Amino acid sequence: MLLAVLSGFLLAFVAPWLARAAGRYSGWLLALLPAGLTFWFASFLPEVAAHGSILFEYPWVPGLDVGLTFYLDGLSLLFALLISGIGTFIVIYAGGYLADHPDLRRFYVVILAFMASMLGLVLSSNLIALFVFWELTSITSYLLIGFDHEDEKARKAALQGLIVTVGGGLALMAGFVLLAMAGGSYELAELLHEGDAIRDHALYLPLLLLILFGAFTKSAQVPFHFWLPNAMAAPTPVSAYLHSATMVKAGVYLLARLNPSLGGTDAWLLLLSLFGALTMFTGAVMAIRSTGVKRMLAYSTVMALGTLTLLIGLGTPTAAAAAVTFLLAHSLYKGALFLIAGILDHETGCKDFRDLGGLRGKLPVTAAVAALAALSLAGILPLFGFVAKELLFESVIGAPWIVVAPVTLLALASAVLIVAAAAVVGIRPYFGPTVPTPKHPHEAPPALLAGPVTLAALGLLFGLYPALAEHQILAAAARAVHGAPVELNLALWHGFNLPLLMSLVSLGLGLWVFSRWEFVRARFDRHLEPRERFGPERGYELFMEGIVRISDWQTRLLQNGYLRYYILTIVITLVALTGYTLLTRYPVVPTPNLAGIEIHLLAVALMTVLAALFAIITHSRLGAVALLGAVGFGVALVFILFSAPDVGITQVLVETLTVILLVLVIFRLPGMYALSRPRARYRDSGVAVALGGLLVWLLLLIQETRFFPSISAYFIENSQPLAHGRNIVNVILVDFRALDTLGEITVLALAAVGVYAMIKLRAEDRQK
Amino acid sequence: MRPEVALPILIPLLFGAVSLAFWRSQRVQRWLGVIGTGALLWSSIVLLDATRRDGYLIMHMGDWAGPFGIVLVSDLFGAIMVVLAAITGFATALYSLASVPRELEKFGYYPLMHLLLAGVCGAFLTGDIFNLYVWFEVLLVASFALLILGGERAQMEGAIKYVTLNLLSSVLFLSAVGLLYGLTGTLNMADIAWKLGQIDDEQAGLVTVISILFMVSFGIKAAAFPLFFWLPASYHTPQVAVSALFAGLLTKVGVYALFRVFTLIFTQEVEFTHTLLLWMAGLTMLTGVLGAAAQFEFRRILSFHIISQIGYMILGLALFTPLALVGGVFYIMHHIIVKANLFLVSGLVYRLRGSYELKELGGLYRDMPWVGILFLIPALSLAGLPPLSGFFAKFILIRAGLETGAWVAVGVALLVGLLTLYSMIKIWGEVFWKAAPAGESAPETVERRSERSRGRDLYFFYLPIAGLAVLTLIIGLSAQPIYVLAETAAGQLLDPAGYIEAVLGVRP
Repeated sequence: MLLAVLSGFLLAFVAPWLARAAGRYSGWLLALLPAGLTFWFASFLPEVAAHGSILFEYPWVPGLDVGLTFYLDGLSLLFALLISGIGTFIVIYAGGYLADHPDLRRFYVVILAFMASMLGLVLSSNLIALFVFWELTSITSYLLIGFDHEDEKARKAALQGLIVTVGGGLALMAGFVLLAMAGGSYELAELLHEGDAIRDHALYLPLLLLILFGAFTKSAQVPFHFWLPNAMAAPTPVSAYLHSATMVKAGVYLLARLNPSLGGTDAWLLLLSLFGALTMFTGAVMAIRSTGVKRMLAYSTVMALGTLTLLIGLGTPTAAAAAVTFLLAHSLYKGALFLIAGILDHETGCKDFRDLGGLRGKLPVTAAVAALAALSLAGILPLFGFVAKELLFESVIGAPWIVVAPVTLLALASAVLIVAAAAVVGIRPYFGPTVPTPKHPHEAPPALLAGPVTLAALGLLFGLYPALAEHQILAAAARAVHGAPVELNLALWHGFNLPLLMSLVSLGLGLWVFSRWEFVRARFDRHLEPRERFGPERGYELFMEGIVRISDWQTRLLQNGYLRYYILTIVITLVALTGYTLLTRYPVVPTPNLAGIEIHLLAVALMTVLAALFAIITHSRLGAVALLGAVGFGVALVFILFSAPDVGITQVLVETLTVILLVLVIFRLPGMYALSRPRARYRDSGVAVALGGLLVWLLLLIQETRFFPSISAYFIENSQPLAHGRNIVNVILVDFRALDTLGEITVLALAAVGVYAMIKLRAEDRQK
Repeated sequence: MRPEVALPILIPLLFGAVSLAFWRSQRVQRWLGVIGTGALLWSSIVLLDATRRDGYLIMHMGDWAGPFGIVLVSDLFGAIMVVLAAITGFATALYSLASVPRELEKFGYYPLMHLLLAGVCGAFLTGDIFNLYVWFEVLLVASFALLILGGERAQMEGAIKYVTLNLLSSVLFLSAVGLLYGLTGTLNMADIAWKLGQIDDEQAGLVTVISILFMVSFGIKAAAFPLFFWLPASYHTPQVAVSALFAGLLTKVGVYALFRVFTLIFTQEVEFTHTLLLWMAGLTMLTGVLGAAAQFEFRRILSFHIISQIGYMILGLALFTPLALVGGVFYIMHHIIVKANLFLVSGLVYRLRGSYELKELGGLYRDMPWVGILFLIPALSLAGLPPLSGFFAKFILIRAGLETGAWVAVGVALLVGLLTLYSMIKIWGEVFWKAAPAGESAPETVERRSERSRGRDLYFFYLPIAGLAVLTLIIGLSAQPIYVLAETAAGQLLDPAGYIEAVLGVRP
């Protein structure tokens, strides 16, 4: 199983070379892997139908409860079959569609990696592994949307899709961690049986919201639906595969998967069914408003995703059955329609319905396939879409009372609009007067037709024999979604009942809308266009602009380039934090003992302080240098008075050298001007005094509270007997703590090198 | 006595000295650069392996027992840091062969690099707080010298800010050490911890006050909010190999010091100190990442991201649970490799296209897709995307945060992850995806570009970049051993008694 999931990645690594070797047949060659996977997964059908589920376990990071555990049941198997099955045709199709594209080989790499990620996503039982694959699909989707990367629009659309889905993904990660905390495990296989514990947990609502956020962004639910139509910047095989048949269903998959653990609460019912119904209706409205071939299909995908969310939210057995049936039907017809949209673009060079017409003579096979798929989309006998639509209507009528009215109305309205959209898709390009196109159209080659033909044919087959799909996979899938066995009884004909009536109504009204398409579009546009300025896409743009604006503002505020403000900020931070800590943690006032202080010490201290003060206020450069020297000598005196003559001598040396150096360069120093305004000077002196005062305060406190005697007693005792030196300071420097001295010598060497380089390099610059 | 502990300090010191002796022969210095950092890498791995097997390794310098002499201590955290420093050093040494101009080599580039590494390793291995200060000085002066190497105006400007603010940090550090010495009468960190463990609760407040001085001082070194100014002011100015070395190591020394003192010494009032750290972490993450959003220069963007990543590491320390510390350690491991690598990639892009400005770049993915892959691996890892190293680092922290109920911090961490991704994608879009600019804004003509993309020196660019990228992949794909290592290291950090016993031989 591990190999099956990861094989896509492995093939992706070598795909460029294989593709080069296979030349024009590269698509057919590389499609062997997904085809093989399809058959391999299909071989599990009987076992899953009989036993329900199979678990495969491979360790990864056991310390973090992360494992590559794979859980194969009806739901994941259905998805795995769709991914590998449609993937087969996509790879073949891409080989033809992008045959002349210079980046075809790179395309194979990413699409195969995507396929593997998607398989991992739906098969993972471990939450974190699922998340890993989830994010991988986002990244591969990003690379595919931006495939045409020199086009700025494609780059923007790719970024938008990425930010929305990864943003949701991050929420999802937090949600997963909370879910694991509530359910006591990171394994879906176990969480599925912990539903009651999770629903009763205090964290239920937060984790539900986080997970829904993740699922809704991925599956383009309102208000995050806007990224999906923009993602149509990707090449058509990508749109068909990622943004219709598989990746966008990941969110729906997750909801279906977690239904037994999270579902059944009011929050679940309300959030899913209302957001789902709104998405469904929005998708349908936007679909009928669109004229671009792919755009219309994209919005009808949004509609389908909303429908699926709605059905999962309803939580009835019928709804579970409807969800899996609709899922399968949608993948079949929508995959086919997208691929046909690609054929139209490829053969005619047109991407808009208004530029197409009368192609049935030139593209007879395409036209026939399009008709089949469009009939299924509209939900018309005898196609599989009809079966799904009946079940959908049956589910919404049987919905819990609290939501039944809105969802039924929205479902019916959406169905009307989708019938109209299906008519546009299936009729408009092929019938009516022939419209001249930039390219001279020919029937598409087999590589392009293989996918749509197969998918449309399957739609017909399952429509005529729905029991076939039911027994093989859908019954098991519905059971997985519902968490208990579900009676499906799929059939084309259930007799005259309410769902059938609704079907007929939607069909009639839909055809009426189609006949007045331009009029309906104009009406919608007039009402909706002014409001779109406040739509969610605008929200995304504002968010992105806001980030940059805040960033700009913050940089001007904080990283403003003035060293003095940097120092000021740091010192204020220090004083504030330390002062606050002093006040709250150790509000003790030091009581310094002034008794033992002798007069000469006071004199030295006074001299040093005065020198420092005058150094600040003097306007003479020479005076400032001299006063600084006085400060230094004062400090040296203190050292000497406290019996550290070595240190004192060093200090004297350093001070002397500093003064001499400063005097040497004194005429190169800038004059002493008052550069800052008085207010700034008061502020600065206040801060400086606060810092100095704080340190003195701390010193006094420490002086009083010495907890332990110093280790210096050891040095005094052992300097001579053990280290054979009488000067304790020297012994400490060269023996007890010789490593420090080694370090300091290194510092000197480094400083020497640095100064040399600084002087020499600049001198050489000047010579040039 | 375990002499292995001293090797990672002595080897770079020795090679630094020898390189200085060969001042006039750049050829020899170059060889010494690779051999020396290679030897450092070898010794660090030996050290890590020994520490993993035997627990704490102690070396009494000059055979003076602690707390009287200076003690070198290698615990797992320290040893891991040394290995990371060595990896970064070795990678940049290789990279330098091709990227550092000859005239800079003449002015002591290689000796400075060795001595910088000595300072870094010394800081990671010392068990003495004043000795830590000394190593800080070594690496500060070494980094300052490296920063100004080249003597360009922008470099001097950045370097002056760098050195001033870092000296401020040093002065503060030294004052804090003095105060702590006044309180405990000792400099050995284990001894300090042991003695502070014996004081009563009333006096703990004073210790907390002093801990704030350390927090601010190391906060400056680590470039935490609101103390980070020196970093964005200087990191984009020097030679790119120097940037990479700095990005990998310098701030992490500050982070290391924070981890060390706030697990070993200052655990008297965790609720107070670590809550402060939590605030620091959150604001650092946020301001760092926001700083990057307004930048359009490759290295400036990366510099701001260092800051936000520092926030994640401090978050691990601030949450102060076993898992959070594991996350912190894991994050540091991941970050050093990834961040250094991103700077190396920026240098490669500069080598190929002659600019760091995103506006002047473009078309690299079309011309050289493998360079794009070399960028994407560390970039996506930095943003925390699975299954790369950054994902596990972030996941551990998020999980630790959620398990302790630090909702806001987790929210910030997640948002910052998203914005990091935005920044990395901005670079990707502008440098790799966008078509190369033509006309006046183009820095190079097409012929010149294709000329630039050839040359044997490029292998010395690819080699370290690819090596670090492979490490990133390995940390992500086989995270278990790394996790175990980080877990053991974090376990040691949370057991100060073990450290004290190993160093002083007393069980507190």
